[in-house]
Amino acid sequence: MTLNDVAELLDAEVLAGHDQLEMEVKTGFGADLMSDVLAFAKPGSLLLTGLTNPQVVRTADILDIAAIIMVRGKRPVPEAIQLAKEIKIPVLSTRLILFETIGRLYEKGMRGCIERVDNSFGRP
Amino acid sequence: MDLETIVKCLDLKVFSGFDKLKTEVLDGYTGDLLSDVMANSKEGDIWMTRQVHQNIIAVASLKDHAGVILVHGADPANDTLEKALKENIPLLGTGLSGFEIAGRIYNIIKGKKEITAQNP
Amino acid sequence: MITVLDVHEKPIFESSYTVQGGNFDEAGKVASQIKVILKKLGLQTDVVRKAALVAYESEINIVSYARKGTINISITPQRVKIETIDEGHGIPDIELAMQEGYSTADAKIREMGFGAGMGLCNIKKFSDQFQITSEIGIGTHLKMIILIENGA
Ligand SMILES: Nc1ncnc2c1ncn2[C@@H]1O[C@H](COP(=O)(O)OP(=O)(O)O)[C@@H](O)[C@H]1O
Ligand SMILES: [Mg+2]
Repeated sequence: MTLNDVAELLDAEVLAGHDQLEMEVKTGFGADLMSDVLAFAKPGSLLLTGLTNPQVVRTADILDIAAIIMVRGKRPVPEAIQLAKEIKIPVLSTRLILFETIGRLYEKGMRGCIERVDNSFGRP
Repeated sequence: MDLETIVKCLDLKVFSGFDKLKTEVLDGYTGDLLSDVMANSKEGDIWMTRQVHQNIIAVASLKDHAGVILVHGADPANDTLEKALKENIPLLGTGLSGFEIAGRIYNIIKGKKEITAQNP
Repeated sequence: MITVLDVHEKPIFESSYTVQGGNFDEAGKVASQIKVILKKLGLQTDVVRKAALVAYESEINIVSYARKGTINISITPQRVKIETIDEGHGIPDIELAMQEGYSTADAKIREMGFGAGMGLCNIKKFSDQFQITSEIGIGTHLKMIILIENGA
């Protein structure tokens, strides 16, 4: 589906990247822990998160994330949007909670950019 | 639908709360920020998170969640497991990513709600 | 040990950046810059990604836990080396700090989405070689190497 479809499905407001909404997205990653995102999210996928600070945009930049969906209707600080515009990462904002956001996307055929993690790391 | 159905359907690992698998699951909540989960989740939610800190048990208990699922194959921290066993909170685990588990549970819960709506 | 690979190969690129502790608005800027440079040098996407990620987690740790620090990067055809040296309180128990889930992060750090005790694990996981030393009251020193397969 395109980002336009995503925006419609989530009744989302486009905060950055109005000119990139034709972009195709197939996979997603939902989390509020940036280290978790860094460990597992894949390039070209959607990042769905409850966070709205500039670090989310930095994380997305480091990983070549396609676009960011901020959930729960929390407004990002202007610096976050400014940064997203600079590095050309689309940012959408939906009022839905993360569970509902993922559920709707999953129903329409979007899948996790990683299906499963076979074993945890850092612990014996 | 009860926890047991979800545990079986999605092949979840059960860490604690073995005798509470008949608990009804009303809805789902995904989140890793405890303050958000405290503020916005509801009673009967099944909560999916990558946090393994023992505070998750306090949150699940205060909010009367049906259970907690640790995603990405994460194991609970030792004191988290101890607390979950002591307070008898169903603590579950999956290797699935947060996106996949939420998508699948959303479908299961929603499918169930539609059936109930057709045959009240 | 890292020294094995630290053969006296002349770097094709070298640079050094200063990071200010507590400056959360700028956190991640150096990692972004490093990523741009590595991309421009035409390194494999996998190498770029690992190096940027490792630099980012270390930069976040300097901002979160140290007064100030330096991030050095040096690239040879065989490897990317990232080194961070900070001035701060140091890490009293490295083994404990390396454990996933252990964190002394405050609310501010958690608000940014860090502070779940996964940073050092990520750094270790995504580097091919990793070394950490720390002195209480002085600071912490990380050395990470990401290998470039078949040369660049
Ligand atoms: N550069 C540093 N200086 C001092 N302490 C550090 C530094 N880096 C990490 N630490 C300590 O190690 C702990 C674990 O670090 P890390 O794995 O990055 O997780 P997190 O940053 O999420 O807490 C930190 O909470 C902190 O106590
Ligand atoms: Mg860290």
